[in-house]
Amino acid sequence: MMGVARYWREIPVRYNLIGKKCGVCGKVYFPPRNICPTCRRKSIGKMEDYKLSGKGIVETYTIIHTPPPEFDGKAPYAVAIIKMEEGCHLTAQIVDCPLDEIHVGMKVEACLRRIQEDGKRGAIYYGYKFKKAED
Amino acid sequence: MREVAVIGIGMTEFGELWNRSFRDLVAEAGMHAILDAGIEGDEIDAMYIGGMSSGRFIGQEHVGSLAVEVAGLEDLHIPSIRVEAACASGGVAMHQGYLAVASGMYDIVVVGGAEKMTDVVGAEATNILASAADREWESFFGATFPGLYAMMARYHMKKYGTTPEQLASVAVKNHYNGSLNPKAQFKRRISIEDVLRSPMVAEPLHLLDCSPITDGAAATILAPLDIAKKYTDKIVKIRASALATDTLSLHGRKSFDSVPAAYHAAQRAYKMADLQPKDIDLAEVHDCFTIAEIMAIEDLGFFERGEGGKATEEGRTAIDGEIPINTSGGLKSKGHPVGATGVAQINEIVMQLRGEAGERQVKDARIGLTHNVGGSGGTAVVHILEVI
Amino acid sequence: MAAIVGYGAYVPKYRIKAEEIARMWGKEPSSITSGLNVFEKSVPSIDEDTATISVEAARRAVKSSKIDAKEIGAIYVGSESHPYAVKPTATIVAEAIEATPDMTAADYEFACKAGTAGMQNCIALVETGMIKYGMAIGADVAQAAPGDALEYAAAAGGAAFIIGKEGIARINATVSFTTDTPDFWRREGQPYPGHGERFTGEPAYFRHVMGAAKMLMEKMGTSPSDYDYAVFHQPNGKFPLRVAKKLGFEKKQVEDGLLCPIIGNTYSGSTMLGLAAVLDVAKPGQRILAVSYGSGAGSDAFDITVEDAIEGYPRQGIRKMLEEKVYVDYATYMKFRREFK
Repeated sequence: MMGVARYWREIPVRYNLIGKKCGVCGKVYFPPRNICPTCRRKSIGKMEDYKLSGKGIVETYTIIHTPPPEFDGKAPYAVAIIKMEEGCHLTAQIVDCPLDEIHVGMKVEACLRRIQEDGKRGAIYYGYKFKKAED
Repeated sequence: MREVAVIGIGMTEFGELWNRSFRDLVAEAGMHAILDAGIEGDEIDAMYIGGMSSGRFIGQEHVGSLAVEVAGLEDLHIPSIRVEAACASGGVAMHQGYLAVASGMYDIVVVGGAEKMTDVVGAEATNILASAADREWESFFGATFPGLYAMMARYHMKKYGTTPEQLASVAVKNHYNGSLNPKAQFKRRISIEDVLRSPMVAEPLHLLDCSPITDGAAATILAPLDIAKKYTDKIVKIRASALATDTLSLHGRKSFDSVPAAYHAAQRAYKMADLQPKDIDLAEVHDCFTIAEIMAIEDLGFFERGEGGKATEEGRTAIDGEIPINTSGGLKSKGHPVGATGVAQINEIVMQLRGEAGERQVKDARIGLTHNVGGSGGTAVVHILEVI
Repeated sequence: MAAIVGYGAYVPKYRIKAEEIARMWGKEPSSITSGLNVFEKSVPSIDEDTATISVEAARRAVKSSKIDAKEIGAIYVGSESHPYAVKPTATIVAEAIEATPDMTAADYEFACKAGTAGMQNCIALVETGMIKYGMAIGADVAQAAPGDALEYAAAAGGAAFIIGKEGIARINATVSFTTDTPDFWRREGQPYPGHGERFTGEPAYFRHVMGAAKMLMEKMGTSPSDYDYAVFHQPNGKFPLRVAKKLGFEKKQVEDGLLCPIIGNTYSGSTMLGLAAVLDVAKPGQRILAVSYGSGAGSDAFDITVEDAIEGYPRQGIRKMLEEKVYVDYATYMKFRREFK
């Protein structure tokens, strides 16, 4: 069982997709990075918070049939690598879409869902998942 | 830098070894290697032990000390170091051992790798293996380790037209090879239909596209080439030991249909050995999933990008093919005790180069390669060995 | 008085038909649907709860209101299915719309009227100048014991209202009618509520809803014909129609806000979703009466006049959202409700 601090400190990132933008080259990173791999030392102290639009497309995906214990009872569920509008990639679940309708190139947008919980008595962890874009 | 040779190998049987403990495995592999090399315990200068997660598999860290005690070498007070790089722990331990000998710091070095995975239940093992991925930004959201490779498989299939049957043909070949390996976990031959009919683990990967949960350990003894002659006539020289890294997460990479770290490790190894892919007689590659072998033989330059599936289907990587891949049965059939895998691969190549591989012997094998990958590709290690 | 600045609604896309639940328990489906006037109900997905529904509704409200969420000084989430017994849902919402930290927040519980109680609080805070905007949310993933009569209606959904000085609809007045009437409850630590069966009708729902409605109309000097729309809490599809008739409202005044037949009873979300559905279609100058009901028991009544500003407001189209639905069978419903222990 993990302490809650580990999850708490990521709340802004996981609720609102707050990534980082390199103040030197302008590239956006999500998940947030401490150092821009292009500008490296020049980027130190210049990585600014940057909120993603929440829109992206599915680059590749899988349907998980054998989940780890934290996701017991949730399978089958879809996990995808999503290319965000800002150019960065992230890994997230695709929800509210029939599993056989998910496809590479599908337009998706972020929503907030329960990700996992620390057993029956522990904290509930929320974060981003993606669903089919409305437009 | 000195030239380095492998003068001894040893490994346990791989499988669900219910009655054997982590210590038992370390002891057996180490003992076999020492006996094979014909060295005395007090000749050992240092030990490097690859292990991914003994802390979570058996609640035991501090494996360096454990290995010294198991070997009965505590009175020598030698350096003994545990090395971790997820599934590449064994390969990285080899790299460290190689550097230690090549540098002139140590002469006789034991490189071991061990993992005892069946002391936890399957779901927990899945969870522990997921720690090779990015816990905060992949596993947290429900991505499993097979899931990450499944996403690479989907990408590869979409981009190159690789088929489920081609993926399955990797498992079929490796199970065939494993049937010829007395130490393999699975000695059962399977068909393409068996793979495609097996339950889905992470689409498009079926259960039989995945390597198993395995207990096992492997060890090698390294020595400077000039000293090696003292111990053996069949000297296997390490022509190259190269390591490369990439992002921890798959989504952070430049490519989803290859393992860039493996490509770069291979390029460095070829340069170091002054060899080309066509010079390699056989290779042990990291087929933790069938797609991983297809990407491996492309990353290693044996086949063009996108051709790996087809090549496997056509039998070009079989024992009697143009470039035999995973004659041991690979991770798929021989088994994948994660920390031991990189060292076990060296064992197989050394056996082949010495001509001791029995039924699965590749004819006239002179130069062999190993390819060991950590996580979804955050670390990759390539070794090239040659019998002289 | 204060005004509604904007609103957002969210109902999960999954539905289960009353006949599917009836099939499970060997009941005659038509006796259920005609008895309750509920044909299907919304079902939360396996990863949805009152917090995620509240966040979705709140984000929609902020987006359509075009306000800076940092100017929201209070967030109240009313629900009887907060994911935690102790630890607020409202802070999750506040963080998810980036309204923190210069604000106050709390969770409310008053059975199905906790959301409208939050609205009254926001009105008071805006009126006194303590805050510029307040957000009140009513949301639930309503619990019902498998096989209980409640199971046919207990649904999931929620609505968020942003209250401020000026907006798309003026709140002319609000009153409450409150007594201690134990018609429905859930004890601490119990997974499902209990209820007084037919006692939940006359002495509970009807007495309080009518009491509050009459008090408000008396205070405002109005009669049912002065309102273009009326929204009453919807524990089923029958009660709001019957209470409307008793009070002298016509069916057409109630229809636009009546969602229960197609989504079930969203508990704390019920009256607020109904009001949101009315605001989706209302024209400037039109007048709305909205009366919630919370077991235990009490009703909050609101007299609302739609303002010209509604013309420029990007209305969400709740009924259109409700058309996007996926039916699930009883087993999937149980899986989604995390009933398999």
